[in-house]
Amino acid sequence: MTEASSTGAPDERTRANSVRLLIATRKGLWTLESDAARQAWTLSGPQFLGHIVHHAMVDPRTGGAMLAAARTGHLGPTIFRSNDLGATWQEATHPPAFEPGSGRTVDHAFWLAPGHASQPGVWYAGTSPQGLFRSEDDGATWTGVAGFNAHPQRKAWCGGDQDGTPDGPKLHSILIDPRDARHMYIGMSSGGVFESMDAGSDWRPLNQGVRADFLPEPTPEFGHDPHCVRLASGNPDRLYQQNHCGIYRLDRPATQWQDIGVGMPQTVGAIGFPLVTHFHDPETLWVFPMDGSDVWPRVSPGGEPAVYRSRDGGTTWQPQREGLPQAQAWWTVKRQAMTVDRFPTAGVYFGTTSGEVWGSRDEGGTWKCLSAHLPHIYAVEAA
Amino acid sequence: MDQHAFRIELPGPLRSYTNQASRVTVALPEPNPTLGAALSALDHAHPGIRFRIIDEQNRLRPHIQIFVNAGIERNLEAQLPTAAQIMIVAALSGG
Repeated sequence: MTEASSTGAPDERTRANSVRLLIATRKGLWTLESDAARQAWTLSGPQFLGHIVHHAMVDPRTGGAMLAAARTGHLGPTIFRSNDLGATWQEATHPPAFEPGSGRTVDHAFWLAPGHASQPGVWYAGTSPQGLFRSEDDGATWTGVAGFNAHPQRKAWCGGDQDGTPDGPKLHSILIDPRDARHMYIGMSSGGVFESMDAGSDWRPLNQGVRADFLPEPTPEFGHDPHCVRLASGNPDRLYQQNHCGIYRLDRPATQWQDIGVGMPQTVGAIGFPLVTHFHDPETLWVFPMDGSDVWPRVSPGGEPAVYRSRDGGTTWQPQREGLPQAQAWWTVKRQAMTVDRFPTAGVYFGTTSGEVWGSRDEGGTWKCLSAHLPHIYAVEAA
Repeated sequence: MDQHAFRIELPGPLRSYTNQASRVTVALPEPNPTLGAALSALDHAHPGIRFRIIDEQNRLRPHIQIFVNAGIERNLEAQLPTAAQIMIVAALSGG
């Protein structure tokens, strides 16, 4: 997300001179660091060895606070926080938890998002099963956003807590309009995209034009499976969505999503998990297609991994596979495991469930393996 | 007021809360408190530990087992025998 300004455009504060990748894995947290050249990378870690780290990120507003959403195989979920870029960590005193008496239990915090630039210390967390939580003290304590968690329509929107993905249904893609702290979007793996104009007190579905082929009614009001939703940097009236049923674009104030996956090759398809946008160009975005046919293998189609980039908002797409294995590479890249740095010539990075981190310093033109022997990667975030 | 001591043995995953101590003792005013009260006393001494083993609906988490005097006990309302020994175990599942 870009730094806040009245127009949502990047400013001088976003000039980058180094890059740090936070790699959240099933067995801990690792970090890759490089300078502006992005040629040589240093791997450090693990921290939280043995913990399932779902997401970790540095506060882009300050470059200071770091949060990591974690649990272990035995223990319940928590959030760790650091004020010294990961040298030391403290645990949240009140991690995200549903209301006593609600009957619901947070299995894990899945998606972390900083609040609006005008609200330092505010963070949001999306959980599995689907819940929305907010912190006002840099992650030390968390409270439920009752406007969503207790919304009378929530169950109708989301289905049951056991429905959804193999690892449980997830609330993700928490987006804050840089022009207005009260204007938010969320995505739900079982539910769709929703919008709030009042800081989460009320929500409405925003899914027109998006297919849900797996439902009896293929274009319902809600119940969709968005995998990842992003605001275009510098143009907060544009959203992109990688959905289980294609790739879409929405230009506000319209409410009808446009299918931009139709431009993808038919042999590859338009299904995938992650979608990332260029920090300085709202027309440029990248996806990582996966095979969603038959029993949903969720691996690179044909075992031939490729990133696809669009320079025109999804109208046309270009494959980017130079440097990647050309055959028998059955990769899965999860929805949080792709990221872009803030350099004008964007570095693009992704991590696989087989423990490899790949990076490009030329906007996807060429790729290099940055690390090869990590555990199952859940998330990669550039800072 | 008399205090009644209960020894609690802890599995590896929880020892980050107790400075790596594998065994701690909590003191309660009653000779036969509930298991839940003993775990609350544990949390008072070692903040944050309770939520990692008991969820927000006051249920023992799935991959945690508790033994009271060598018998399995998952009911937090169960009354403890006097000077009961409590063992919290990370189940073989959930690794």
